Amino acid sequence: MATTAMPHSTTAGPTAPTGLWSWITTTDHKRIGVMYGVTAFVFFLIGGLEALIIRLQLGAPGNSIVSAEHYNQLFTMHGTTMVFLAIMPLSAAFFNFVIPLQIGARDVAFPRLNAFSYWVFLLGGLFMNASFLAGPLFGTGTLSVAPDAGWFGYANLTSPQFSPGPNIDFWVLGLQILGIASLAAGFNFITTIINLRAPGMRLMRMPVFTWMSFVTQFLIVTAFPVITIGLVFLMFDRVFGTNFYRVSAGGDVLLWQHLFWLFGHPEVYILILPAMGIVSEVLPTFSRKPLFGYAVVVYSGVLIGVVGWGVWAHHMFATGLGPIADSVFSASTMLIAVPTGVKIFNWIATMWGGRLEFRPAMLFAIGFIAQFIIGGLSGVMHASPPADLQQTDTYFVVAHFHYVLVGGAVFGLFAGFYYWWPKVFGHTLRDGLGKLHFWLMFVGVNLTFFPMHFSGLLGMPRRIYTYGADLGLNTFNLLSTAGALLTGVAVLVFVINMFLSRRGPPAGPNPWNAATLEWATDSPPPVYNFTVIPTVHDLLPLWRKGGMEPSPLPATPPAPIHVPPGSVWPLCAAIGIITMGVGALMHHHLVPSLATALVGLAVLVVSIYQWAFEPFEV
Amino acid sequence: MSEHTDVQHAGEAHASTKTYLVIAAILTVITIVEVGVFYMPAMHAILPPTLVILSAAKFTLVVGFYMHLKYDHNLFRAVFVLPLMIAMAVIVGLLFLFRVF
Amino acid sequence: MSHAAVAHHTSTGLDSRKIAFWTFIGSECLLFGSLIATYLVYEGRSVSGPTTHEILNIPLTSISTFDLLMSSLAMVLALAAVQRGDKVWGRVWLGMTALLGAIFLGFQAYEFQHFVHEGLGFTTNLFGSSFFTLTGFHGAHVFVGVIWLLTLLVRSLQGKLGPEKALNVEIAGLYWHFVDVVWIVIFTVVYLIQTTPLPTT
Repeated sequence: MATTAMPHSTTAGPTAPTGLWSWITTTDHKRIGVMYGVTAFVFFLIGGLEALIIRLQLGAPGNSIVSAEHYNQLFTMHGTTMVFLAIMPLSAAFFNFVIPLQIGARDVAFPRLNAFSYWVFLLGGLFMNASFLAGPLFGTGTLSVAPDAGWFGYANLTSPQFSPGPNIDFWVLGLQILGIASLAAGFNFITTIINLRAPGMRLMRMPVFTWMSFVTQFLIVTAFPVITIGLVFLMFDRVFGTNFYRVSAGGDVLLWQHLFWLFGHPEVYILILPAMGIVSEVLPTFSRKPLFGYAVVVYSGVLIGVVGWGVWAHHMFATGLGPIADSVFSASTMLIAVPTGVKIFNWIATMWGGRLEFRPAMLFAIGFIAQFIIGGLSGVMHASPPADLQQTDTYFVVAHFHYVLVGGAVFGLFAGFYYWWPKVFGHTLRDGLGKLHFWLMFVGVNLTFFPMHFSGLLGMPRRIYTYGADLGLNTFNLLSTAGALLTGVAVLVFVINMFLSRRGPPAGPNPWNAATLEWATDSPPPVYNFTVIPTVHDLLPLWRKGGMEPSPLPATPPAPIHVPPGSVWPLCAAIGIITMGVGALMHHHLVPSLATALVGLAVLVVSIYQWAFEPFEV
Repeated sequence: MSEHTDVQHAGEAHASTKTYLVIAAILTVITIVEVGVFYMPAMHAILPPTLVILSAAKFTLVVGFYMHLKYDHNLFRAVFVLPLMIAMAVIVGLLFLFRVF
Repeated sequence: MSHAAVAHHTSTGLDSRKIAFWTFIGSECLLFGSLIATYLVYEGRSVSGPTTHEILNIPLTSISTFDLLMSSLAMVLALAAVQRGDKVWGRVWLGMTALLGAIFLGFQAYEFQHFVHEGLGFTTNLFGSSFFTLTGFHGAHVFVGVIWLLTLLVRSLQGKLGPEKALNVEIAGLYWHFVDVVWIVIFTVVYLIQTTPLPTT
């Protein structure tokens, strides 16, 4: 059926419309990627601020910079923010901007669903952080009612009996809302990667970043439903008084732990795989050498995703699982070190014999490898249940996961920033400031987290707001605090770099002389991405003669290219969902709660119908 | 998107109305057998595995024929079966961990 | 300008919406899998209050199960009718599917209020919490499905559901059949496989 005339622009113009409304209604993956990046970076700074306050409190024994209750809120929000509002959405920023370009597509499979994911993320993050100021609305006598039971919210501390205030409600509802955003994006990117690749781009010709993101999306769509149910049970216990985690009714608090970690372990692979993908792009580019063992790296990533489903109870070695369960999960956890190690060897082999260029992106990628190895080593130590019985719930674990998440994921994401910045904005970040950022951060991160191996093994427990002066922990904590401050300075250098580099010279399509398709088009790309969709004949289309046809791409498109219109319905649907969340927050007052939730539901339903029936052609 | 790419329907096998009615009849019969078995004290000892097998048969028939998975591209099968396997493993794993078995 | 040719190149020749929907169904396996696992783990652990054997009505639920199975038949017939451009039978079968779905919900509503009357509420015990949550989630899915089908029926009545729109019906069908398939599992696991001793007739 031919398309009828529609009230949108079939513009062939390379630039997108301007103005606030164009951003609010955008369905362009590049704009959505930028919005994810900006928003997530702000949350990263907030999470970093929370960390700094934590470190200031722990800098000396017996400190009283914050109260115990506020300290609980700080480490809870630090963890929740960094995992769900910083690292995941920073990865999403790269999924959004880079994947369609890397596979030679004009956009993702479902552009409006893409926008929806972003708006739900933004509103969900604001919802959760509003708790810092929402105390007066709940008559608690405090300003902040931020969640305070840890980022993993163990039952039954989170039960209505032990957490009667609104804090945990913010946490549960906020996570449910954020889960919707992630799931929607998961369906979107899986479909995009399966179905929108350029001609000739077989799966085993896709860039490794796209591959790792593909595995990540499968982990998201399988793991998030499990925590959704765990959170539903907690929500029902809190709002309706059900018995899922009520011990007196026969409920088992370990059910929460299982459901949480069934999600939680795939979640950490969701956090690290995209960064591994970024490293796999950056290293070959700045080694002037193809990735060593592409197929093996891809299969290892897939294997990590699959085996990652079978290790969850290694977070529960201290709960009395029994020797059989302990052994099974110990074995699977040790097993997963194998594909991880394979990747590391392949990265090193990529650099070996290459002509290395130590640009900031490359420094961060190499830093990733070194620090991920350290984090991986402590991880393998945790894999032994008897050893873990000493390590669990101590700062040894804190050292482990910060090495892999900060030394690993965050460094990988910064590598991605430096690498793709010119593609997004048209100019590179400054090299000098970039190297300063790297070295300050490298020293800062190691200074912060390496001493924690020692304080942990000396027995310093997690989640304590202070410690005695005669436990031998003072120096280690002081070093960590100094490191944290240094890390903060490093991030500040990056922020300065972002601003100072704006007047830099145009970068051109391929400033790094890289191999993959996103570098074949302008920086920044025209709104339709490519003047023509190329046919791909090689894994490294820009490095191999005949790897891409036509080469180079024509300067202008041969015929007008249809650009999808914007839509306001994704934002409206997101507003509907948040309104329902706000209604649920008020669950102690039936009528206003129900009324608000129903208004939210009505907004959501209307938005869905409008979305379904508005004219929209990709 | 208003077009429907007919590629997947071109030249492939397709269940007929007759097949659908036969499947419906089989599903009905299996349900009757399930309920019947439930009421037979003699079957008590092997009730769970019997019922699991019978309901698995119904599951497969609906997914294969009504959801057309038998005739569709392998991709759909992969995208469904992988999470299904994970879900079944999760159920079995939790049953073991909570000592239901 | 051929919008269709440019907009619809796909790597697989398959429709993106169908791929996305099957992925969604995959994730729903995990959603219901977690609910079912919890139900099974908690079976027999209620400290007080009514439990499965005392309160579940097998004959009634067998009828509602049969009703849902027949609704799946109606659904495939609806899809076949829409695919061949048969407006009348398309509407009949879509309406029939929705009706059978609504009847299923009616049975469930009756069951729920009867249980509450018999002393089994949402918060009474572990069984009440896990039973009502599992079957309630399923019922909510049926409800959404009925609304979806009625929407398609209205579109058909507006003359906007021709064979070129058959994919919309196909996807609604995938959803509907999946909800039916989840019920097949629930019927077996919750109603037929019970931990307490069976009645000796």
